[in-house]
Amino acid sequence: MAAAPPPVRAPLRFLLNGEPVAVTGIAPQTTLLEYLREHRRLTGTKEGCAEGDCGACTVVLAEPGDGGTPLRWRPVNACIRLLPSVAGRAVFTVESLAPAAGGLHPVQRALVDAHGSQCGFCTSGFAMSLFGLYKNAHRPPRAAIEDALAGNLCRCTGYRPIVAAAQAMYDIDPADGGGGWRGPGVAADGSRAVSRDEEALAVQLAALAAPDTLLYEADDRRWWAPRTCEALAAILVAHPAARIVAGATDVGLWITKQQRDLGDLVYTGDVGELARVRETPSHLAIGAAVALSDAFAALAASWPELAEAWARFASVPIRNSGTLGGNVANGSPIGDSLPVLLALGATVVLRRGAATREVPLEDFYVGYRQTVLAPSEFVVEVRVPARPPGTLVRAYKVSKRYDQDISAVFACLALVVAGGRIAAARIGCGGVAATPKRAAATEAALAGRAWDDATADAAARVLAAEFAPIDDMRASAAYRRTVLANLLRRFRMETGGAATPTRVEQVVAE
Amino acid sequence: MNAPHPPASAFAGAVVGAPVAHDSAVLHARGQAPYTDDLPEPRGTLHVALGVSPLAHGRIAGVDLSAVLADPAVVAVVTPADIPGVNDVGPIEHDDPIFAEDVVQFAGQPLFAVAATGVNAARRAARLARLDLVPLPAILTIDEALAAQSYVLPPVHVTRGDAAAALARAPHRLSGTVHSGGQDHFYLEGQVALAVPRERGGMYIFVSTQHPGEVQQMVAHALRLALHDVVVECRRMGGGFGGKETQMSLVACAAALVARKTGQPAKLRLDRDDDMRSTGKRHAFRYDYDVAFDDDGRILGLDLTLASRCGFSADLSGPINDRAVFHADNAYWLPDVAIHSFRCRTNTVSDTAFRGFGGPQGMFAIEHVLDEVARALGRDPLDVRRANLYGTTARNVTPYGMTIEDNVAPELIAQLEASARYRARRAAIRTWNRDSPVIKRGIALTPVKFGISFTATHYNQAGALLHVYSDGTLLVNHGGTEMGQGLFTKVAQVVAHEMGVPLASVRVSASDTSKVPNASPTAASSGSDLNGMAARDAARKLRQRLAAFAARKFDCDPQIVEFADGVVTAGDRTLPFAELARMAYMARTPLSATGFYATPKIHYDRRTLSGRPFYYFAYGAAVAEVAIDTLTGEHRLLAVDILHDVGASLNPAIDRGQIEGGFVQGWGWLADEELWWNDRGELETHAPSTYKIPTAHDVPEHFRVEFFGRPNREETIHRSKAVGEPPLMLALAGFHALRDAVASAADGRVPPRLDAPATAERVLAAVEDVRARAATHG
Repeated sequence: MAAAPPPVRAPLRFLLNGEPVAVTGIAPQTTLLEYLREHRRLTGTKEGCAEGDCGACTVVLAEPGDGGTPLRWRPVNACIRLLPSVAGRAVFTVESLAPAAGGLHPVQRALVDAHGSQCGFCTSGFAMSLFGLYKNAHRPPRAAIEDALAGNLCRCTGYRPIVAAAQAMYDIDPADGGGGWRGPGVAADGSRAVSRDEEALAVQLAALAAPDTLLYEADDRRWWAPRTCEALAAILVAHPAARIVAGATDVGLWITKQQRDLGDLVYTGDVGELARVRETPSHLAIGAAVALSDAFAALAASWPELAEAWARFASVPIRNSGTLGGNVANGSPIGDSLPVLLALGATVVLRRGAATREVPLEDFYVGYRQTVLAPSEFVVEVRVPARPPGTLVRAYKVSKRYDQDISAVFACLALVVAGGRIAAARIGCGGVAATPKRAAATEAALAGRAWDDATADAAARVLAAEFAPIDDMRASAAYRRTVLANLLRRFRMETGGAATPTRVEQVVAE
Repeated sequence: MNAPHPPASAFAGAVVGAPVAHDSAVLHARGQAPYTDDLPEPRGTLHVALGVSPLAHGRIAGVDLSAVLADPAVVAVVTPADIPGVNDVGPIEHDDPIFAEDVVQFAGQPLFAVAATGVNAARRAARLARLDLVPLPAILTIDEALAAQSYVLPPVHVTRGDAAAALARAPHRLSGTVHSGGQDHFYLEGQVALAVPRERGGMYIFVSTQHPGEVQQMVAHALRLALHDVVVECRRMGGGFGGKETQMSLVACAAALVARKTGQPAKLRLDRDDDMRSTGKRHAFRYDYDVAFDDDGRILGLDLTLASRCGFSADLSGPINDRAVFHADNAYWLPDVAIHSFRCRTNTVSDTAFRGFGGPQGMFAIEHVLDEVARALGRDPLDVRRANLYGTTARNVTPYGMTIEDNVAPELIAQLEASARYRARRAAIRTWNRDSPVIKRGIALTPVKFGISFTATHYNQAGALLHVYSDGTLLVNHGGTEMGQGLFTKVAQVVAHEMGVPLASVRVSASDTSKVPNASPTAASSGSDLNGMAARDAARKLRQRLAAFAARKFDCDPQIVEFADGVVTAGDRTLPFAELARMAYMARTPLSATGFYATPKIHYDRRTLSGRPFYYFAYGAAVAEVAIDTLTGEHRLLAVDILHDVGASLNPAIDRGQIEGGFVQGWGWLADEELWWNDRGELETHAPSTYKIPTAHDVPEHFRVEFFGRPNREETIHRSKAVGEPPLMLALAGFHALRDAVASAADGRVPPRLDAPATAERVLAAVEDVRARAATHG
């Protein structure tokens, strides 16, 4: 094992609206939004909630691509994204969208023509989310537009004109909006459209990339951004008090909401080995720093039934910043990926120094936001076993709002059915205990039995009594229990061939 | 489907009535429209944070700020002792301290302010205070307040005839209780103010507000200044919805107190959590009714109690609850009626104005009663609603004694019933529900009749100031404020129309108390009615002056001087407007004018709650269709069809935006948005992570909006009608569609017990309840 090269003390280098910048002297836990508004006076990007729930702060990052495409264009929430984490990336704010020569970008033109703004405070965030859509899809269906906008709140318009703008923006000549990197990212035939500007941008970014671990230091706080697992492991062993941070979609709130001093930080987002998805015959291995967007896409390939649950996980900007490893390591009882991973039998690979171990996910949590992670230990990857034949699976989320809400109850139910009998049952539940949990008693009530209405109903009764959830602002304990049981009944209806609508989403108006 | 508006070119020349874009639309899209927090900060600007009470009710035994002051970034703290004037921001009653003294009355109530060199430093330091608070018993709910007779204002009773006698002799009678929840405004831009000290003790305030004049008064009172010492400016708000009618005063006063004490500019911007915890919301209500009706569902008598949670102080709760009383009839004739209004004092944040201002709650009550009546009789609720509508020549006097002269509800409802295919869809839904055991659908049509004018009669006035510059451009200022509703655009349209110049020649400047004095709040949907008229008055004066000048200059009759499309025609002379402006200037003609307007006809006795509080009514109706999941209570709005009365629209694009946005906001109030206080009186839903306003997905693709399209019979500005608030109440159609779907989960006849907001949890409980009751009654 070769020793990792020492960190290189350097400023933060990135592109801001196309211009290279080198930041020094600004505390590592500064948010990207604070930097834009307070240090750069780019006030088009707004703070509406400082927790990634309203989208008024949306900016678009262009990140080095993963083969095939030079860049990935991703809307993110600037309010909880930590400034140092954009090093090596290109940040685009609303101010850059309209061509310098004047006029409006097609997304802006479409918003104006559709009367898509009233008070206008949310509008720049919507413009940037629409710009992200413009770079990633061509004339997408309405559901994809709603998904792209799920992280943007508007209190004035009622959204109709904004959705209309998203549909109309593709009708506007891209040349009117300056073309170049601002042009559409997907051609009419669905292929990726790459402009010469974008190629040039990718080259510029490649030149910014730090070869070894970046050490950025300001305000008596350090930020390490290692590029290899080796270097990451070494830093964590040398600095066990340093905190690991990835997308900061939860950690960011500790800063903005609790005014906490996070101390020294170690960033996993530039560790190439952690940012990969690998498929082996036995399992899918998702690196800890893989963005939720990419992790969910990989999972949906084998488990298409989960697509809806993933679309309802936070919002596009959060899924672009947040990582699967972060969701797992954070251990929130209401993290929506965890019940699914529990039901699919996932394990986590942990590393400390040179030592690695693999732990079943259900053994990973030991209490409310407590895990078995030792000091200096980190999550390397999440392994999801290959799909057994005969698997029936559904993931159900129940929350006050369809999109971008925290689950009152989340259940993922997975059965392996052979010859009409349940060969294996795994049920992962969220929102019903201090940690995400498997419903062991219910699984036992299912295993070995015929998969029929009677079994489902009997198991539902077990499930209703299996957990002791709490009353809180999301739901009462009684509601959580009732719904959990009913979700199992819904699962039976949906997998048992009953031809009746089971979801309000399936219904269209008269 | 939705017919697109005609392209703007179709309206060439006609500025009023054209669907022109919001005057800031391009700036919004480019991120170049500055809001208060975006303005360049003057040198030395301090940042302010509030220290707040963790207790819902407690005696203040001590506030130790030494640790706060010890923070190196802290420059000053401000406590009640630093207030030279009055420690109060109550708009009517004087019961609303800037900083609590002696006693804290809700969790989140400010106790002091801290000023530091940075925002984060100020917020961190505010948490360092050592508060010695002695808990006192707290009243948190309407029921607790009613039991304790805890009121912010005395109860009010409006009666006509003898409701008790009507109930006693009625063929049918029903009684019940239902609740509607509060609602946070969730303007995307939180409360913010920047106070800049000026010479001779003066203060200049940049603030996000619907009522600059109120800020001026409150800051003057707190700082012991005269009104002419304080100037308040607001170019735009990032949303208001009533939340910036009074609630900004505390923020502005805290900033001004810091600025006064330190001599430095001071900015206070509440973060989302503080904003939601420490500023007021829509009033939650409890409704108790006892109704008498005939075989056709016609109401014969009604005894209705409206009890609202007002929070710890009166704020605007008096007029809000008055308006709830005034809208407890909605569009319906109530022959013998007694309405009782209780304004409950609770140890929660003081509730305040919110789009509709009590009107939605009044309508919630009567729509509920009618739906109950219909289900008790096994009738289509629409038939019962229609049977109860006000007449046009008889049955047309409100419980508060106002004769309705403009009733278009019967006609409007009939038109919508046909265009939305209400009957056919109801039949189809009934069939569909028979074959769908899990998912049930529901449909409803509900009307809106909303009274337009401030019930505070003196507020129904407005001023404007119009300049014509020597290059022919115009600058107009008026007392209204821009919160996204398009008021500035409409006023510019009115002025451009009057002066015969292109819209681009007219610029509207920021609301400014030094330009138009004593302006009313932009509220009660009155913005364009009042300010449009005032601006027109100013424009007419200037046009007459210019016409007289042109007539003299070109030797013609002033009557024949025409202004159109930026061109002036005087006899046989034709010249650009700019040219005439230059000539008029050179000839020493005054090119500035003020305008004024006071709403005619209205009068209202606050003591008896009777008279003609409203100049006219705005009408509308909606058909909504929903689906519910009887396993989880999840629901979805499937289709909305709206027919709304905007009179002769000043700007159909903006009016449509108000209708759509109002409906969706109302749907949020009724369906999704739940304010949840724990048993210690702490609001736990104080950020968008826990407080869920609608998103794009919650709005159906089928969302049809049409205008009723008849000019206002009253002489309003270009015969338009106010549109800000009324559409919010159209969302009651969605709530009643939910009730319809829940009823369908049993036999359709058991009236659902469903409170608002109809969260999935409440819908599921209602489903289980109707099924249990249907089984019991077999």
